[in-house]
Amino acid sequence: MRRVDLTRSLSAAIAYVLASLPLGAFEIEDRRQYPGTGPDMVRVISTADLDVFEPFLLRLQQEQPEIGIDYYVASSTEVHNAIRSGAAFDIAISSAMDLQFQLANDGYAQLYQSDVTDALPAWARWRDQVFAFTAEPAVAVISRARFEGLERPQTRQELIALLRAHPDIFDASVGTYDIRVSGLGYLFATQEARNSDTFWRLSELMGQQRAALYCCSAQMIDDVASGRLVMAYNVLGSYAVERIARDDRLEILELEDYSTVMLRTAFIPRTATQSEGAALFLDRLLREGLRQTPDAWVLPPLGAADQPESSTYGPIRLGPALLVYLDRLNREAFLSAWSDAMVQ
Amino acid sequence: MSRKSPPSMVWRSIGQRLTLLLALIAAVLAVLSWWMVSSFAREAAERTQDNILVASATTIAEALRSEQGVIRLELPYSAFAMLGAIGEDRVFYRVAADGTVLTGYDDLIPPTLPQSPSDVVVSTLEFRGDPVRMVTVRRTVLAGQQPVPVMVSVAQTRAGVAEIGLGLSRTAGLLSVAFFALAVGLSAFAARSSLQPLNSFAQAVTRRGPSDLRPLRRRVPDELEPLQSSLNRLMERLGQSIRRSEEFIAEAAHRVRTPLATVRAQAELALHTVEKDSEREMLRRVIRAVDESSRSASQLLDHATVSFRADALAQERVDLGELAARVTASLRPTAEMKDISIRLDTAEDALVRGDAILLESALRNVLDNSVKYSPEETEIMVSLTRDEATWRLMVRDYGRGFSGEPLPELTGRFRRGRNVEKIVGSGLGLTIAEEVLQAHAGRLELSTPEDGAGACVALILPAA
Ligand SMILES: Nc1ncnc2c1ncn2[C@@H]1O[C@H](COP(=O)(O)OP(=O)(O)OP(=O)(O)O)[C@@H](O)[C@H]1O
Ligand SMILES: [Mg+2]
Repeated sequence: MRRVDLTRSLSAAIAYVLASLPLGAFEIEDRRQYPGTGPDMVRVISTADLDVFEPFLLRLQQEQPEIGIDYYVASSTEVHNAIRSGAAFDIAISSAMDLQFQLANDGYAQLYQSDVTDALPAWARWRDQVFAFTAEPAVAVISRARFEGLERPQTRQELIALLRAHPDIFDASVGTYDIRVSGLGYLFATQEARNSDTFWRLSELMGQQRAALYCCSAQMIDDVASGRLVMAYNVLGSYAVERIARDDRLEILELEDYSTVMLRTAFIPRTATQSEGAALFLDRLLREGLRQTPDAWVLPPLGAADQPESSTYGPIRLGPALLVYLDRLNREAFLSAWSDAMVQ
Repeated sequence: MSRKSPPSMVWRSIGQRLTLLLALIAAVLAVLSWWMVSSFAREAAERTQDNILVASATTIAEALRSEQGVIRLELPYSAFAMLGAIGEDRVFYRVAADGTVLTGYDDLIPPTLPQSPSDVVVSTLEFRGDPVRMVTVRRTVLAGQQPVPVMVSVAQTRAGVAEIGLGLSRTAGLLSVAFFALAVGLSAFAARSSLQPLNSFAQAVTRRGPSDLRPLRRRVPDELEPLQSSLNRLMERLGQSIRRSEEFIAEAAHRVRTPLATVRAQAELALHTVEKDSEREMLRRVIRAVDESSRSASQLLDHATVSFRADALAQERVDLGELAARVTASLRPTAEMKDISIRLDTAEDALVRGDAILLESALRNVLDNSVKYSPEETEIMVSLTRDEATWRLMVRDYGRGFSGEPLPELTGRFRRGRNVEKIVGSGLGLTIAEEVLQAHAGRLELSTPEDGAGACVALILPAA
């Protein structure tokens, strides 16, 4: 935790909370303030955990000491709800690109253009409103210990065969997103279902083997590390890589047939009040997305999506097609099909 | 209105005027074509968007089905993916059965509804702060026993269309500017080349000699034909009037000469009859005056002949040697009265082309001067030499010589030198000689010989 002048930060925090508590009904999971030397606070609502984002925030403040940051962590659905209900945030960051797109499409995002946004590849921005700054694949993480003696499958076909062949090992030991709860899980599932028919066969198989359902990548990875799970399917690659770096009980299962690559996106909500601070924050964030050194931060830059092994389909397209699975009827249909397969 | 309109703009050059007018037309055409291409491009882009919207709405409508009396819809992915084709535009949709919204944006209400399944309603309206293009199609789905009309609306903002239109319009603008520049260059060229016949016509007129009044017989464009023929008519009238006045002068000189001869004869007679010195002196002055007048009259007549014959110059072959011999012979009696000997030094085959009468008259005037302005008992040399492409017929005497005034001025009409004393003359002799030589493309050269004695006059003519 940073050491800050107590009285100053306290008075700033009180004044700030009194002056401009973001309005609207939404749940936050975490919140931390980073007062700058200036009076203004940029309010950020994000799905990224502080563990992941703090290095960036500190780097930003080192470069721009006057900028103060009020960082809220919320689930992708709650980020979406907060912006939709008109809460006054200056930056909205989410891994659920479909929800972000929908917000922009419905007019909740401001137009913003700068040298940095112009430098982004065309697929990483939409209408100068939504900007991607990471390209993160969904991966499968396995427990080295519990995978002992098993051959590593190369494709989903082989994974299905493996699951079939070893019900004893995999029963109740495979984890995946509960897509009814997790926006990101839903995005991964729908895109995968669109790309390959193996998705449904895999889901059915996981349902038969009483797969455990999770809200979040972090917990899934924790359970693989502890050995409670043999494999977590469709977790965020960036989180997994970061954990594996300091935990050798884990391993990423390289499935070569395809991978779903999600873009983490940010935009300036229409309700933003600190437009200067927001612009500064966004430009700095997008520069992270354009950086040449992928290892400098846990969240991989956009350039990672261009590497051949990461995806046969390229990242999920930022476009109107994202609205399809958000449609109420489609969502109902998809969830019921998924539930039929999964929850047996 | 009492105010006069300002004087109409005077153009210094037809070429400029033509270029400017053509450039103006080109500018109007360029702007017009730019406008047309721009609006076509915008229309085409709009139509493309409409087609995509119709395709999208139709794809959604096709996905409608009914299951146990309930209308179901699974939005096809392609219906939305295709909407990304035009540009980055916001997309809205709404599916409503019988007035109840199945899915989509509740507030996206089509202004009119299609009446039949083949009907497509396309409209432009304002939605959530942006103008959108909306397409609504209709499909009837059986819900249980009941056919239910389902309206599928898909709307999209128009930023992409505007951008495509703008890009094409900019390209068209650049093309129009290039077209305009090209047209200006071409119009300048066209103006210059269409004025070319006029210029060459003007040059042909300018190149003519001062007394050349022959009609122009050029092949000119139809537009210049009236100018050429009226110019020819003008020259013809001018020629006629010059000829008339020359005829008049000749006639007048002729009419004056005859009575003058009578007056001289009478005065001569009277001179022999009167005794008083004073009266004799008076009569001598009369005779002198009559001589001067008659000399003037005959020189005027000669001059008129020269002008007349020079107009339609004969092109006979003239041997200058023979001509010199003839003229010398005719003047010898006069010379002998003053004991002047004329030496003739001719060459063989000194041929030139021209009018023998005129050339004779020229030489006679020159030789006449030498006889007139030389004292008694002197010599006159007439020599003929070849000088590359010209013949030089030279008359040299040992008389008083030219009297210091600028030599070219002596050929002026009625111009006499200061050295003439009492010698009778009209001042037309050298004028006649020079005009004859000019009509023959030759020239008259006056000079004072190097030894300073006498005068030297050369008639220079191109050899035949
Ligand atoms: N051979 C000459 N020697 C000296 N002076 C001459 C000679 N020839 C011409 N001149 C001068 O040139 C002048 C012009 O000569 P031009 O023959 O034209 O006139 P003119 O002899 O006086 O008159 P006319 O018309 O009767 O010949 C003369 O008046 C005379 O002064
Ligand atoms: Mg003379």
